[in-house]
Amino acid sequence: MAVLRRSLLAIGVALLGMAPTLTPAASSITVASTTSTEQSGLFGHLLPRFTGRTGIEVRVVALGTGQALDVGRRGDADVVFVHDRAAEEKFVAEGHGVNRVEVMYNDFVIAGPKSDPAKAAGSDILQALQRIAATEQPFISRGDRSGTHAAELRYWQAAGIDIADAGGDWYREIGQGMGPALNMASASNAYVLSDRGTWLSFKNRGELAILVEGDRRLFNQYGVMLVNPEKHPDVQATEGQAFIDWLVSDEGQQAIGDYRIDGQQLFFPNAGATQISQ
Amino acid sequence: MQSLGDAFSMLGALDHDVMAIAWLSLRVSLSAVLLGSLVAIPLGALLAIVTFPGRPLVVAVVNAFMGLPPVLVGLIVYLLLSRSGPLGALGLLFSPGAMIVAQTVLAIPLLAALTRQIVEDAHRELDEQLRSLRLDVWQRIRVLVFHLRFSLVVAVLAAFGRAISEVGAVLVVGGNIDGYTRTMTTAISLETQKGDLPLAIALGILLIAIVLVVNGTASAMRAYTMRLYP
Repeated sequence: MAVLRRSLLAIGVALLGMAPTLTPAASSITVASTTSTEQSGLFGHLLPRFTGRTGIEVRVVALGTGQALDVGRRGDADVVFVHDRAAEEKFVAEGHGVNRVEVMYNDFVIAGPKSDPAKAAGSDILQALQRIAATEQPFISRGDRSGTHAAELRYWQAAGIDIADAGGDWYREIGQGMGPALNMASASNAYVLSDRGTWLSFKNRGELAILVEGDRRLFNQYGVMLVNPEKHPDVQATEGQAFIDWLVSDEGQQAIGDYRIDGQQLFFPNAGATQISQ
Repeated sequence: MQSLGDAFSMLGALDHDVMAIAWLSLRVSLSAVLLGSLVAIPLGALLAIVTFPGRPLVVAVVNAFMGLPPVLVGLIVYLLLSRSGPLGALGLLFSPGAMIVAQTVLAIPLLAALTRQIVEDAHRELDEQLRSLRLDVWQRIRVLVFHLRFSLVVAVLAAFGRAISEVGAVLVVGGNIDGYTRTMTTAISLETQKGDLPLAIALGILLIAIVLVVNGTASAMRAYTMRLYP
């Protein structure tokens, strides 16, 4: 019995020894951001440069914009980096965020079946949506309060289509991220609004292709802000602000502009530039 | 089938990142099962040998909690560990520590329920002998747990299987942070979302291999110790 107890103890000590450190390292910040920036590989490109320059480690939790802002509201992140200006301004107005700055933009595209049964292809997003609705071709909506979902709802509204009232089973809200939405569109040959970065890094395209792009209204502005340290005392304000400052610095902006997938630039730095209209 | 073929060729080229992810999964789930066992095996054994009013109800509840949805456990642990929650001061959210807490909560009912059943069955047979030894409750638990140690290994392995294969809880409380809280299951989920099905399947095969190795090691240890101390 003593031998068994000793060996159990040894196993226990060994296991606890391998237990991960329970407290985060001293110089690290948590950034709540969106799947479009994480899954496109942008953070994988930017963060080593920032960490190399400042020694601050950045941990990215990738969620939809709505959820990312909620994480900020609870004080569980130091910095929020998202793309839904209306929701961001509300976040700042509520006192949860400070020092919001604009960083870059990318663009949305409509992907759909190459055969394009709705004849949506072109460079006019509103006309494309009207045609999809008129022909009741399947359309996958994120339905998850993400920045992309918010933008989609704005486009439907601008196209004069009351999507809540549209009825029929052609409009499918799935309540999931960009990747699942693309997977579902690919599996069911449906139309879908996607950010270009996620589309470019998405591999299971099946019969889908980009049908609508290049409309100025499809530009998608990203903003970054510090979670208010007065409201949430645990926020690492100095380190978080250093990250924000680096993103809008010449070096950070250059690094954003340099990022390519298959030779295509995904994000266009525009800190301090004229604002892109939504 | 194309995906499956690609998956196997990828397994040959597993890189450092994948190994780090596998290692994190392993230490989080093993730690959770160890902590869970320390709590749940004594409690399950206690529940097996004591009688009190309402005991059938407690047994039913513990059994039912074997089916706790991981995503619900994740959400509750998230709310507890959030900076705005009661345990926020610990600063554990979005860390491996938070994932251990969530998986421990998932493992405890399973361990307690299986221990209760195993100990109760044996207790029925050994009751008279234990009585003649005039042992108190805790001494009885120690004797029974030691006597049943080889059967209880199965309960521990079941809990390990539940912990290492779940994705809902670790995703919510860990945040799937690259290089910090990304586990095998959250990586599989992420690669599926990115449409990289071959890589997702390759990671799945690796996860199954890890579970097989852990179970094989446990069986070997069990056989070895059974020979030493029959």
